[in-house]
Amino acid sequence: MQSLDPGAQPPISGAGGALQPIPVLNVAAAEVDRQLHICNACRYCEGFCAVFPAMTRRLDFAQADIHYLANLCHNCGACLHACQYAEPHEFAVNVPRAMARVRLDTYAEYAWPPALGRLYRRNGLTLSLATAAGLGLFLALTLAIKGTLFPGPLVGNFYAIFPHDALALMFGLVFAFATLALGMAVRRFWREVSPPSEEPARSGAAALEASRAVLQLKYLDGGHGEGCNEESDRFTLWRRRFHHCTFYGFLLCFAATSVATLYHFVLGLEAPYPLTSLPVLLGTAGGLGLLVGPAGLLWLNRRRHPEHGDRAQRPMDRGFIALLLLVSLSGLVLLAGRDSGAMALLLALHLGAVMAFFLTMPYGKFAHGIFRSAALLKFAIEKRQPGRLRMGGE
Amino acid sequence: MIDVLVVGGGNAALCAALMAREAGARVLLLEAAPRRWRGGNSQHTRNLRFMHEAPQDVLVDAYTEEEFWQDLLKVTGGMTDERLARRVIRDSSRCRDWMRRHGVRFQPSLSGTLQLARTNAFFTGGGKALINAYYRSAEALGVQIRYDSPVTGIELQGNRFVAVHLAAREVDGVRRPAERIEARSCVLAAGGFESNRDWLREAWGQNENGDWAADNFLIRGTRFNTGTLLRALIDAGADPVGDPTQAHMVAIDARAPLYDGGICTRIDCVSLGVVVNRDGRRFYDEGEDFWPKRYAIWGRLVAQQPGQVGYSIIDRKAVGRFMPPVFPGTAASTLGELARQLSLPEAAFVETIEAYNQACRVGTFDHTALDDCRTEGLSPAKTHWARPIDTPPFYGYPLRPGVTFTYLGLRTDETAAVHFSGKPSPNLFVAGEMMAGNVLGKGYTAGVGMSIGTAFGRIAGSQAAAAAGHHPASMTAGQDHAIA
Repeated sequence: MQSLDPGAQPPISGAGGALQPIPVLNVAAAEVDRQLHICNACRYCEGFCAVFPAMTRRLDFAQADIHYLANLCHNCGACLHACQYAEPHEFAVNVPRAMARVRLDTYAEYAWPPALGRLYRRNGLTLSLATAAGLGLFLALTLAIKGTLFPGPLVGNFYAIFPHDALALMFGLVFAFATLALGMAVRRFWREVSPPSEEPARSGAAALEASRAVLQLKYLDGGHGEGCNEESDRFTLWRRRFHHCTFYGFLLCFAATSVATLYHFVLGLEAPYPLTSLPVLLGTAGGLGLLVGPAGLLWLNRRRHPEHGDRAQRPMDRGFIALLLLVSLSGLVLLAGRDSGAMALLLALHLGAVMAFFLTMPYGKFAHGIFRSAALLKFAIEKRQPGRLRMGGE
Repeated sequence: MIDVLVVGGGNAALCAALMAREAGARVLLLEAAPRRWRGGNSQHTRNLRFMHEAPQDVLVDAYTEEEFWQDLLKVTGGMTDERLARRVIRDSSRCRDWMRRHGVRFQPSLSGTLQLARTNAFFTGGGKALINAYYRSAEALGVQIRYDSPVTGIELQGNRFVAVHLAAREVDGVRRPAERIEARSCVLAAGGFESNRDWLREAWGQNENGDWAADNFLIRGTRFNTGTLLRALIDAGADPVGDPTQAHMVAIDARAPLYDGGICTRIDCVSLGVVVNRDGRRFYDEGEDFWPKRYAIWGRLVAQQPGQVGYSIIDRKAVGRFMPPVFPGTAASTLGELARQLSLPEAAFVETIEAYNQACRVGTFDHTALDDCRTEGLSPAKTHWARPIDTPPFYGYPLRPGVTFTYLGLRTDETAAVHFSGKPSPNLFVAGEMMAGNVLGKGYTAGVGMSIGTAFGRIAGSQAAAAAGHHPASMTAGQDHAIA
């Protein structure tokens, strides 16, 4: 009686058609391929998320399919706790972990420019260096311009330290580069997961559905609305809530900056803005969201079941959370102390943190949202296409 | 003292424990498996067959008591107890809210299982998710749960339950002494004996070829169903029901693990090709009926072949038309090469396929209907979906009998009481696979094992609580807690 490991097979497409060797997958992708052949013969998890319905449209999984499915996975943990083939079963199925490992490859392999993909390999170090550089830069600039970090109260006038246009130029350029890098990365990802030959007609309905899935974090609801798993097989909505705080907090901060830019250039209204002004209200609300959200996510992350996800990615995950916390905390403290003698120091700290965040957007955990949104769009389009398989007699 | 002791840790045991606890009893549940293997065969299930008079969330149309009963009558060939079967059917129509209250969630029929959308409700995440939900609910309600606790003996006084015995054992390197646990009443829900290799061997015996057929069986479910208590009860004079060779048995991939291969090891391409035995010969009509209606007879068919092995053979035309198997097929560009790769006698195999190919009268192939593609002048015939196996690559999948669960059990009635010489025990009850043979003398229909386990688990739990002095009268939703 043989007991074969389904992965220990020669690289021949199973029942997928012609006898052609499929391209060799790397270790992380090969593990996803092995597990999905088990999942595809089981399918019990179809109700949890989009990964499994997308899987059932395929018999074989090429590298691009695996990147697509991995980024569709939200690492909610539901399929691991429900899996009768999870360890100690010899099949050792752990889809969230296998997918997480591929996602790291996605970020690194699709990063633009490609050489910077290696920043993902030691992402904790990347984030630390970027943070040190951002803080160092603005502390040094403060010293260079003012000769001291404590130039006395400046009644909240940031531009008394850094001229507005200089800041706008610096951050504008870095942000534009981050946007370009992320755009180039996701463009290549999209082309590979949806080759032009398969490019389906894009429909508004698909775009709407994908947007909804992103904005509502649909796939952190467990399929039954009770949420995902954290420390055990119990379901909870807290990850979704904290993620919402983070995401919308970020958007509010972004909105605050945008409104302030409009005030400055269009209306000619210059900072500092009063506490009840729109930019400050938006920024304060966003800052609070960016404080509560990441703090909650960190708390959950520390309690996560040890088999969830990829432990090796903790520096990336927690480093990103820490940087977000540094941005929000320094921003709120700056607001509170903007009329004090410490304003210059607080401003340097906040600007340094924001600069580090912008610099690492295309080379840190931030990218997960971009690739996941693309995967969700691909899913929304694909599910509207007729399937290629013809299961009969069912 | 414990009021209700539940022996077992699968669906039936949990239903019993939850009902007894809801009735106010102090409940202790003993699961033989470690926590990570908990749940018995229930962790491999995916749905439950529900009677319903009208569409209900994930269930379409209606599935009436009479239709359910007729289905059961047909698959068991009349080897069923109508009173108990109808009780199961009726209870299935009124247990879903209770299941939901304890955290079970339902999803629409899985892809590839549309034929069950009317009759069966699927658990979101499958059976292990259901088991997890029940354990969470049981813990929250204060049911005591002990893992790694296989019961090795039972103490009776006449037909009265007194206590169970647990042998000394080592758990994670820690020695646990032998124990005797008393309780006012007891529910036995510890499964069949399918993972007891010696018992299977004894039941199946040696066939005319000299094979001990059961030695070649794979067990689709848990390794913890050793039938220890079943045997102890039968030895102590409890009335048995069923034949020890009757079981839910399907043809699964021969490369599946010895235990817990579960759903993913099944091979769904039988009706799209032919099946040959070790000698390269066909032995049964592969196209007799839709595969979901036939898969459960193929385990026994393969069990009757020399060496208890078969080979499902298809060609490229079948690819993509069946649920993908977990192990890739052996592929070859010629029939001879395929025979060599599968270690089948080449000449006989090629002759079988060529004879089949020549006998095929291909009409309009339609795998979703009983089509008109059949063989002529071939024995055994293939009566539907017969198309020549002539388009390489050719694929072969080795088959073995895979036992899901055995049907030999303890005779019971609508109170779930264990019977001794026809008389019910006042405080010993049985549920799940240990009594499914009362309803399933033979045969099977998808999801009915969970219908029986849920119905009798709930009955046994209520009865055991009542036997310990806890009546569920104060509970709401009286129908949910009906007592026969």
